[in-house]
Amino acid sequence: MSENNNSVNSASSAYMDDPVLQNRSRAREFFKKFCQRKTAVVAGCFIILLIVLAIIGPSIAPYDPDVYDYSNMRAAPSLQHIMGTDEFGRDVFSRLLAGTRLSLGSALAAVLVGAALGTILGILAGYYGGILESLVMRGSDVLFAMPDILLCIAIVAIIGPGLINVIIAVTVFTIPSFARVMRSATLTVRGSLHVEVARSLGCPDSRILWKHIFPGTVQAMIVNFTMRIGSAILAASSLSFLGFGADVGAPEWGAMLSSGRNFIGVADHLILFPGLLIFLTVLAFNLFGDGLRDTLDPKIK
Amino acid sequence: MGRYVVKRILSVIPLLLVISILIFAFIHLIPGDPVRKMLPKEATNEEYLALKEELGLNEPLPVQYLDYMKGIFQGDFGESYKNGLPIREILPDRMAATLKLTFAGIVWAVVLGTLIGILSAVKRGKFLDYLGMVIATSGISVPSFWLGLILIQIFAVELGWLPTGQLDSWKGYILPSLTLGCSIMGTLARYSRSSMLETLQDDYVRTARAKGQRESLVVLRHAFRNSLVQVVTVVGLQIGGLLAGSVLVETVFSIPGLGRLMVDSIEFRDYKVIQALLMFFAVEYITINLIVDLLYGVLNPKIRYD
Repeated sequence: MSENNNSVNSASSAYMDDPVLQNRSRAREFFKKFCQRKTAVVAGCFIILLIVLAIIGPSIAPYDPDVYDYSNMRAAPSLQHIMGTDEFGRDVFSRLLAGTRLSLGSALAAVLVGAALGTILGILAGYYGGILESLVMRGSDVLFAMPDILLCIAIVAIIGPGLINVIIAVTVFTIPSFARVMRSATLTVRGSLHVEVARSLGCPDSRILWKHIFPGTVQAMIVNFTMRIGSAILAASSLSFLGFGADVGAPEWGAMLSSGRNFIGVADHLILFPGLLIFLTVLAFNLFGDGLRDTLDPKIK
Repeated sequence: MGRYVVKRILSVIPLLLVISILIFAFIHLIPGDPVRKMLPKEATNEEYLALKEELGLNEPLPVQYLDYMKGIFQGDFGESYKNGLPIREILPDRMAATLKLTFAGIVWAVVLGTLIGILSAVKRGKFLDYLGMVIATSGISVPSFWLGLILIQIFAVELGWLPTGQLDSWKGYILPSLTLGCSIMGTLARYSRSSMLETLQDDYVRTARAKGQRESLVVLRHAFRNSLVQVVTVVGLQIGGLLAGSVLVETVFSIPGLGRLMVDSIEFRDYKVIQALLMFFAVEYITINLIVDLLYGVLNPKIRYD
């Protein structure tokens, strides 16, 4: 391990003068280390597959996900319908493919917006301190005073059901986690020498924040981002399962499971496949996040 | 220590105050008039105004808030819009069901979680470690509503071993509590593994081994006892999550608990009940966190509050 570190140091010191080369070799080093974690790599491949399916899914679907076929209702999995058909004779596999866009998209959108807002608040709070910091941190405390899914349910109870409102709810519960993580990351970077130098050279705050503080906090942000997508998918599909999320007829995974629930013991494939897909997706994001965290910060076990 | 306890307890008060104001304000900002919903369609304007007066909805919001809080301190949460029953009377039975479920869930989680954690740490890098961590990560990732349905399918429908929806015997609680405890089990297994790995490397563990103590005693008496602090913290922090999880599990298993009440009330837009439940959950969650914080100091004398 120590030998490995030494070789990294000597390799990067040779390129010290060239920041581009230095960055590139660091990225390569990271990639090499990450590839040693096989479960994380498999999880990463699965995530890429999901993203591809979310983009091209509907066009490779064997059937139209919304076409009713009353002669073929609740058919068990077969060669024609590899995951069977639902209570209206719609092909479950095609619906899952179409739903990838909805389920993954809504979770991604929510975490992206939540991460952006939380990051800005966290960095500003960490850098400026004072009243702003107290406000942001106490605000996070208030949001953290409610368990995740309950907070989402409360928000949806107030603003009404629907997929857009679910995204808003998940965004709100994502913000405080980023605000906290980014604040503590900022506090660490703020004290380092290069920030002090930049300040003493008379750099404007905006430049210090963007060029010197933000890059130092990116690692923490990326790890939290992947971890949060898993919980966002769980929260969004839970809300749909409870009937507060996507429209009942929409091929969203949680909503599909919710309507399949009525056929337990009759058409088990309606429960098995949508749930399995949610499970594998969340698992993939969690394993990928674990791998990223371990590679970026080997101190945490 | 004494000063810290007082300070920590006092710090909860403003938090509770802000949360109660937020919940109250948001509930009252919701578009839609509850008074109209409570009256039959053909009700006259006089009837409408009379009911509004009776419910105290004519007062300005701050006055309404103070009245509401005064009621809460006297144990009066108002009445359900749905059936007119006082919420104080609806809650106890519901609470009992949820508490039983939550408690059983915690027992599963602690027993299975720490067991997996200890085994994984002792067999580090071996197959058992790998298997344990697969189970733990799966437990965290599995959607509880799906796990519940699959368990019903296997153990109630196919095998017929366990009942569902019968809560008069303890058997009816097995599947729901297992479902509910699953995610904490996973979190706990991961935490206890990593804290066991740390303590197993400590000097006193080496000493215990050197004096020839049996390995099982070394693991349980020396290493595990010292990683208990982590276990307590994780359990405490997750109880709030369990409450939220009960919303889903109670829906899947048709258990008439607080979570089910929440979902029903949202469907009916029974805002008085939603408001009471949100307040209740928030107070509960904050109180548990407070207790965990204080317990932490009792369990680990190394931690000093100054």
